Amino acid sequence: MKELWEFTKLIRSKNAGPFELTFDIMFKDADCFDQVMKSGGLSAETIAKLYKTEPSQVRFFVIKQLLTVKISIPRRVFSGDMRDTDVYGGQFHGPLVRMPVE
Amino acid sequence: MKQKLKALAATGNLSTGFQEESLVRAVQEGANFVGCDAGTTDSGPYYLGSGNPRGPREGTKRNLRIMLREALRAGIPVIIGTAGHAGGRPHLDWTVEICKELALENKWHFKLAAIDSEINKEDLLHAFRRGELTPLRPAPDLNERTLQQAERFVAMMGIEPIQAALKAGAQVVVAGRCSDVAIYAALPVLKGIPKHVAFHAGKILECGAASVARRLYPDCMAAELDQDGFTVEPPNPALRCTPQSVAAHTLYENADPYRLVESGGVVDTTAARYEAISDRAVRVSGSQFVASEKYTVRIEGAALAGYRSIVVAGIRDPLILRQLDEFLRSLRTVVERKIEDSLKLPSGAYTLSFRVYGCNGSLGQLEPVSQVEGHEVGLIIDVVASSQSVAADILPLVWHTGLHHPIPEQEGLISNFAFPFSPPGIDVGPVYRFCANHVWQLNNPCEPFRTTIEDL
Repeated sequence: MKELWEFTKLIRSKNAGPFELTFDIMFKDADCFDQVMKSGGLSAETIAKLYKTEPSQVRFFVIKQLLTVKISIPRRVFSGDMRDTDVYGGQFHGPLVRMPVE
Repeated sequence: MKQKLKALAATGNLSTGFQEESLVRAVQEGANFVGCDAGTTDSGPYYLGSGNPRGPREGTKRNLRIMLREALRAGIPVIIGTAGHAGGRPHLDWTVEICKELALENKWHFKLAAIDSEINKEDLLHAFRRGELTPLRPAPDLNERTLQQAERFVAMMGIEPIQAALKAGAQVVVAGRCSDVAIYAALPVLKGIPKHVAFHAGKILECGAASVARRLYPDCMAAELDQDGFTVEPPNPALRCTPQSVAAHTLYENADPYRLVESGGVVDTTAARYEAISDRAVRVSGSQFVASEKYTVRIEGAALAGYRSIVVAGIRDPLILRQLDEFLRSLRTVVERKIEDSLKLPSGAYTLSFRVYGCNGSLGQLEPVSQVEGHEVGLIIDVVASSQSVAADILPLVWHTGLHHPIPEQEGLISNFAFPFSPPGIDVGPVYRFCANHVWQLNNPCEPFRTTIEDL
């Protein structure tokens, strides 16, 4: 079994404003893109589960032209709030990097 | 004749800088204006709440000196957006003061426009009562009470207040809170460039050289705009744009890759085309601008949440690490009682957090890994209370109790925390929170913004 990062050239997270997080996953080539998309491992449902939210809260964009998947979710804790752990939202992609791809 | 216009972004953030040669070259090659974004909400609510700008002041002054010098020599305007990092009144004043210092030191004379975007609470309260404020999703609960308790509000201006300042003859425009895109779209739209071109170009330019294939350091970015599209090309020959790098930048920091919501309308990039026209330049065309029915501006606000004191400590004893959750849980119980006994503060009067690096320090509740896997953890004991002195009083009760908190496997007095510093505690200062994510419907796009024009 391989992990998601082996198919990508970029996996990142970042604030999209203080109230949302956005993830960009850019694939190395069309084969990598197809393999991951066909595996079904990357979807609004799996993201919702991984980030403890409802699938209806997950905005999931497949941008074939750029071999990219973009995902946006609301922040559970707003940026810089007392209990926030990542003000820029730059490390929330961590759990995605080693996501298994079958 | 078809209008062409060359926009230059000095860099992605005024305080981070650019290569002087890049900016000089781009102005000499015929830029029609120099823009620069000076702020963001990315670094959290502190700057808006406190009114403190994010420096360094000297770095900001260096960058402004080069921009103003070159632009004044070439007779083109300079447009700064979101002055001082948060765009409030103190941030605007700070930036204007630097411009005035530069004018005096260098004997420069120019017309300076300062656009104040801070909204007086009374005005916002009236807008709230008239039902002109609409929450975006998600949004903090904003009501009359939270509105009145907030420290500061700003409205994010679109292109119109900047255009008004330019029409009044301003050579240097310093704007308070401002859409990043508006910095670059204001003048082109004024000169007849269609909005779909100007706004999409603005989105690509707003982070300076961030849209190149491999950004070596912060630097300038230039775009030539015409009726049908724009061509983006970095002035620095060491940098290059590719269709992929430019298209990818449209995604950056944007929740929706195809719809860029701006005051006055939405840029739809679904049909946008990105074509290489050299190994360094990319032609962008095909986006649409859909005007919105109502003109709205985004409101940002920050409220004081308390005052923070922290301790940083390491834990290396494997016997503590294997029961860390339980250790911290029982420590909390003991500590809450001590604080109640000695300071008469119930647990609801302050917030105590144990931030465990090596476990879930970065992700908090979203961390899927539940066990500590390493040989040590870093612990931040984080106390937020109603005043700095109360937070500073609570803190030693927590860390000293934790230092000697027992575990079943060890008999006798143990010392559980490795403190790197003496004193162990640090007073961090005020803590703010964003208290609004709303849009304000306006009859006139310039209405809440006040522009002052001075001849220097």
